[in-house]
Amino acid sequence: MTEGRIHSIQSLGTVDGPGVRFVVFFQGCPLRCKCCHNPDTWDLSGGKTMTAEEIVEKAKKYVDYFGSDGGITISGGEPLLQCKFATEIFALAHQNGINTCLDTSGCILNDNVKKLLSVTDRVLLDVKYTTDALYRENVGCSIDTPLKFLDYLNKKQIKTTIRQVIIPTINDKVEDAMALKSLLAPYSCVDKIELLSFRKICSVKYDQLKIDFPFKDIPEATAETIEKLNEYLK
Amino acid sequence: MKHDNWNGFNGGVWQNEINVRDFIQQNYTPYLDNEEFLAKPTKRTDELMKKVNALFKLERERGGVLDVDTNTVSSLKNYAPGYIDKENELIVGMQTDSPLKRGVNPFGGMRMVKQACEAYGYTLSEKVQNEFRFRTTHNDGVFRAYTDEMRLARKCHVITGLPDAYGRGRIIGDYRRVALYGVDKLIEEKKKDKQNLALSNFDVDQIRLDEELYQQITFLGYLKDMALSYGYDISQPAKNAREAIQWTYFAYLGAIKEQNGAAMSLGRVSTFFDIYIERDLKNSTLTEEKAQELIDDFTIKLRIARHLRTPEYNELFGGDPMWITEAVGGMGEDGRTLVTKSSFRILHSLYNLNSSPEPNLTILWSNALPESFKKYCAKVSIDTDSIQYENDDVMRPIYGDDYAIACCVSAMKVGKQMQFFGARCNLAKLLLIAINGGYDTSSNIHIGPQMPVLDTKNLDYNEVMDRFNIYLDWLSKLYVNTMNVIHYMHDKYAYEKTQMALHDTSVHRFMAFGIAGLSVVADSLSAIKHAKVMPKKDENGFIVGFTREGDFPKFGNDDDRVDLIAKDITHKVITSLRKTPTYRGAEHTLSVLTITSNVMYGKNTAETPDGREASAPFAPGANPMHNREENGALASLNSVAKLSYDDCRDGISNTFSITPDALGKDKEQRKNNLVNILDGYFKKKAHHINVNVLNRETLMKAYENPEDYPNLTIRVSGYAVNFNKLSREQQREVISRTFHQSV
Repeated sequence: MTEGRIHSIQSLGTVDGPGVRFVVFFQGCPLRCKCCHNPDTWDLSGGKTMTAEEIVEKAKKYVDYFGSDGGITISGGEPLLQCKFATEIFALAHQNGINTCLDTSGCILNDNVKKLLSVTDRVLLDVKYTTDALYRENVGCSIDTPLKFLDYLNKKQIKTTIRQVIIPTINDKVEDAMALKSLLAPYSCVDKIELLSFRKICSVKYDQLKIDFPFKDIPEATAETIEKLNEYLK
Repeated sequence: MKHDNWNGFNGGVWQNEINVRDFIQQNYTPYLDNEEFLAKPTKRTDELMKKVNALFKLERERGGVLDVDTNTVSSLKNYAPGYIDKENELIVGMQTDSPLKRGVNPFGGMRMVKQACEAYGYTLSEKVQNEFRFRTTHNDGVFRAYTDEMRLARKCHVITGLPDAYGRGRIIGDYRRVALYGVDKLIEEKKKDKQNLALSNFDVDQIRLDEELYQQITFLGYLKDMALSYGYDISQPAKNAREAIQWTYFAYLGAIKEQNGAAMSLGRVSTFFDIYIERDLKNSTLTEEKAQELIDDFTIKLRIARHLRTPEYNELFGGDPMWITEAVGGMGEDGRTLVTKSSFRILHSLYNLNSSPEPNLTILWSNALPESFKKYCAKVSIDTDSIQYENDDVMRPIYGDDYAIACCVSAMKVGKQMQFFGARCNLAKLLLIAINGGYDTSSNIHIGPQMPVLDTKNLDYNEVMDRFNIYLDWLSKLYVNTMNVIHYMHDKYAYEKTQMALHDTSVHRFMAFGIAGLSVVADSLSAIKHAKVMPKKDENGFIVGFTREGDFPKFGNDDDRVDLIAKDITHKVITSLRKTPTYRGAEHTLSVLTITSNVMYGKNTAETPDGREASAPFAPGANPMHNREENGALASLNSVAKLSYDDCRDGISNTFSITPDALGKDKEQRKNNLVNILDGYFKKKAHHINVNVLNRETLMKAYENPEDYPNLTIRVSGYAVNFNKLSREQQREVISRTFHQSV
């Protein structure tokens, strides 16, 4: 059994995938998105170690709450950094009839990742911005990276939810929403687009870690903004 | 037996014996569809409610009591009829001659009545004092018989909240019987029972029962007179929905005029009413709007029920609750749901009349409930924070399908079972007394077996448990005996004549014991077992504090290493209690429920080995201690679900607060997720849950500006309160509780 590094477990997740979900937050992320609200998950050597078996044993205790659409979600951090570990968890989950959901930035696509996707029921894929410039500036990689990932999801027709954090002054315009819509139009695997408000409750974590929060001066996105942009995505 | 007022009903054994359950089973119409049929409040309802709201406001402005009749002892026939607005009321009847005016009821105890009057600026009249000068109250009787040790246990707060100064409550009359049979038939049956008794040997038990039957029959007569004063003859069965509700309400009203019991619960009436409503709808003598109006009017009556309490009592229990608990829904033994349109209607009153703690609407949840009803309940929870849930799948096999809930979590078959209420003992304090060898450091009282203080550098788990077991056995015996005194005296001096007249003559009795501080004790024992706990002693050699080294598992994280300690403790407690026989052969039961008294229990308890500071509040009921949960809400629910209902037949209360955002992204998702959470929790055989869906910020705003939130209702342990009626300390404690939020 592979051991992996876990940041934490949330027994009741209702915002990372459909229904009631057991959410495992992985430790470690190669990206340094300026809007990141989990800087405490960056360090791959942090957190605690657990085996896939231990995690699924825990998840099984919550099967009664999952209803028809809930299940297990792996989030992070970036789960793809511990791809084999994630694959073992999902394979075991499937053996136990538990629905699997992967929350990722799509920053890696190799054979191991493809294996992971073969046991993934749904992907929550971040498409953080719609231009390469913004991606390079605020994420640190090219927009082609997540798009290639999305191409693969489409090819395999894996159900996909696209998520984007709406950050005032950066991607909160009507044009941004329309650009996102047209960017995603060719992908039939995408059945849902979720816009999330940029929030700053994470500043405490930055302070504790003594890291600068690059977006600390940007205001939070309001519910009204999200509602308005959602109109353009319909 | 036949009666014209039963025309249109299916017959059954209910016609030949007092058997409301059979009547329901033969006649009710399960409802599987959604809430779209529900009607808005009528203009009449709105206007009546406006008047009531104005009275509530006045009551608040006068410090919580609108008026007191200090000249009249509360009973069925002692007041002239009272109304809110006579012409516009559909269901009538007041406790006194005017809405929200409180009566005085010294049968439970004179001291409490005097104090309560004085606290609100009144003086109990000479007339009433004279009437009781040569009368023994329940309170007098109890204190004549209390032993020194019983007094000491009360004084050091190891057993508290005992019903020794006012009515014991927690008895539910089968108020429906009056509507179904009319009072004359009930009197006739009781007379038969009394005659049959004459054939038996007249020992103490039989003589007592014989006199009780005499009193029951007398009070059934009074009940008729009381109704007549409002212009209604309730000697015969009700002939339509309005009469069925009115007759039932009169029966309940008689009970609360006679008794000022702590919890005066209603039972399980909505599906019963539904049968009459359906018959009237079929006969076209009623419309949906009018049916809802009847339920709303009945609900208004329940919302203005009041007892005169001392401010200390109100402080302990957060306002002056009556625990008018109505059990809604559930499944029948034959697999049909007991959900009817009227189950929806009574919940809908929370929209038509605005949210409110009373009546204490309690959903009997089963996995097999219709999905549409489950979703409607979830919606009501999210919108109003006013309802609670109890596991029908766990209770139905024990109590059948016509049980109800007394107070918060106490199940009993309606009209067939009753309980002797016994508040609770403070387990955390008991643990400290045990390690200190029979000394309570917070009250400086020596109590229990006297032994040396545990003399070790690190507390040893086995040694502590051995000690704990010794003191538990000591306390259990004392607790049962104390209860025996209380209930002997209550039967003798303040017997519930009206309520017991609405029970079968041969009734099954529970004696309901309770514990407070379960999570404190579980975490303390876990710390002793899994970490190092070093006692700190004062100059007299008593342990007054602790230091800890290392981490330890804490209750609320779905970790068997501590959860099973909690489970084992409850098993130990009930097993120990069972060793001492009870008054009238009552069955021992145990609850893990504190209401809001967790604050008071904490206040009177020194520092505990888990790291809880001296005087800090306990978690309410069976809740894990605040902010010790690391794995989220479901882990916390799983921990509580491990406590066994077989050990805690008087209920296991859990209060769950979650922010709307943590429950889902939109209304539909939140509803569905809450349904899944409830389904999951109850599949684990958990017993009870209160659900609050709100933001801490809302509570903080209400704390700062109470007048802006007159209707803010929140669920606390086992019942709901108006947030503004909590003491400041209780408000702070509620705000500090764990709110499960999204990460």
